Amino acid sequence: MKEYFSNIYTALVTIFIGMKVTLKHLFVPSVTIQYPDVKPELPERERNRLYVNMDDCIGCDQCARACPVNCIQIETTKALPTEDLGKTSNGKKKALWVTGFTIDLAKCCYCQLCVFPCPTECIYMTDVYEFSEYQRSNLIYDFVTLTPEERQQKRDNLEKFNAEKEAEKLKAASEAKPKTETEPKKDQPKE
Amino acid sequence: MMYDYFVDLFGNTVIAGIASGILMSLLPLFIFILPYALFAVLAERKVSAHMQDRLGPMRIGWHGWNQTIADIIKLIQKEDIVASDTDKPLFNFAPILVFAGSYAAFAAIPFSSYYIGSEVDLGIFYIIAVTGLVVAGILMAGWASNNKYSLLGSMRSVAQIVSYEIPTMLVVLSLVMVSDTMSLHKLSEMQTGYFWNWYIFGGPGFTLTKFLLIPSMLIGFLIIYISTLAEVNRVPFDIPEAESELVAGYHTEYSGMKFAMFFLAEYANMYAVSAIVAALFFGGYQSPIGYLGNLLGVEWLIPIEQFLWFAAKGLFFVFVQMWLRWTLPRLRVDQLMAVSWKYLIPIAFVNLIIIGFITLI
Repeated sequence: MKEYFSNIYTALVTIFIGMKVTLKHLFVPSVTIQYPDVKPELPERERNRLYVNMDDCIGCDQCARACPVNCIQIETTKALPTEDLGKTSNGKKKALWVTGFTIDLAKCCYCQLCVFPCPTECIYMTDVYEFSEYQRSNLIYDFVTLTPEERQQKRDNLEKFNAEKEAEKLKAASEAKPKTETEPKKDQPKE
Repeated sequence: MMYDYFVDLFGNTVIAGIASGILMSLLPLFIFILPYALFAVLAERKVSAHMQDRLGPMRIGWHGWNQTIADIIKLIQKEDIVASDTDKPLFNFAPILVFAGSYAAFAAIPFSSYYIGSEVDLGIFYIIAVTGLVVAGILMAGWASNNKYSLLGSMRSVAQIVSYEIPTMLVVLSLVMVSDTMSLHKLSEMQTGYFWNWYIFGGPGFTLTKFLLIPSMLIGFLIIYISTLAEVNRVPFDIPEAESELVAGYHTEYSGMKFAMFFLAEYANMYAVSAIVAALFFGGYQSPIGYLGNLLGVEWLIPIEQFLWFAAKGLFFVFVQMWLRWTLPRLRVDQLMAVSWKYLIPIAFVNLIIIGFITLI
């Protein structure tokens, strides 16, 4: 009999205690972040989409070599001696046209290993993490600021320059031909 | 009643006839139940969300207030799936029966002193009888679905509703003994004046019986609230549709508008039982603090105020139902039966006898 009434008592009391708790939570500010409208605050050293500041890039290829998944492809073209490409923001002289710099972000593993070797600190992680695409090919980012025509022009310029140099060399060689023939070749092993 | 109100308001019998006719036929369904259900479904989601420190629907309209309307549009568009092994006539008839049962209960509920669907003298008796149709509809749905979860759910539901009707009726009976009437309209009229005339505070008049009745009335209120909670299958008595055990109980196989009818009936039922509790113990449509209409001398404002008071009281108890839902865990089947047969029924019975003795003096 005593148990019967104590059961009723505990039931009622615990129900009211529970109701008090839930009522309190009704007025607690919610923890929901309204994601697309409100972005959550990311940690300080978060690693997201890579960005390359091409003004500072000297085309040294160190980032591509550091990449464990080979997602960075760099193509450089030597600048002509007459061209002045200027300097990077930390004073390094640029000597190469970077005619190709693509990062395949579908392959990128966000390890940040490419960021540290960069001598001019031109490749870095941004805070952009919303860049999904329907086509995988759209995830191959091209960072080169030159237009395709300009790139072709740089390559052609270099080719032309090299051809001219070659022609000059040939000319010089043909002029000095008798001389070279008399001299024994240095790097040929003697028998 | 409605007619008299409009005659007083317009002074023209023809306009009054048309206006009261339109309102009488449309008020419960289109002016009350549907907007209420839209509101209650959203409120349920919002209350549950905020109790768990979430936000709930936020994207459709301001704080998601259009969410239920969007849901209804989706439900209307959905394909009406009838599985091949169901008992088709019963399967199609069950949602109609369930909805009719809960809708019929609104006929005897007084929304204001000028509006009651049908002023039957057996008001509360009629409500308890007609909600029996819901039980039949639920069993029909479970059986006709030809699905073990549906059948289990409906069996549990029927067992639960039948056993919890007993304490409900015992409490109603004690109220009938005190007030000498079964009409909810007359019951509400008796509790006129201020809130200390409500039956939860012992009823009208300052007599010895009033003060003797207060503890019994409090116990009676608790019992009827618990048992009506079980009758509408709300948590903690939601074993008929226990998601983690039975998929969705008796409406597992239903989709589209048939499911929506079950849903609507469920929410209409929630309001119906809250309204009964409000009418029996909390003065029905009577204002606890007097009327603005009386204060300003505007007669026609009073019934509208009464309607608002009644809606507010009902919605408050609906809110408490939602509040309990996010507070308490579900009962086991044996615990459920124990609560009804070992606790509620004996206490309600003793309470009935005590109230009987008090009303004798």
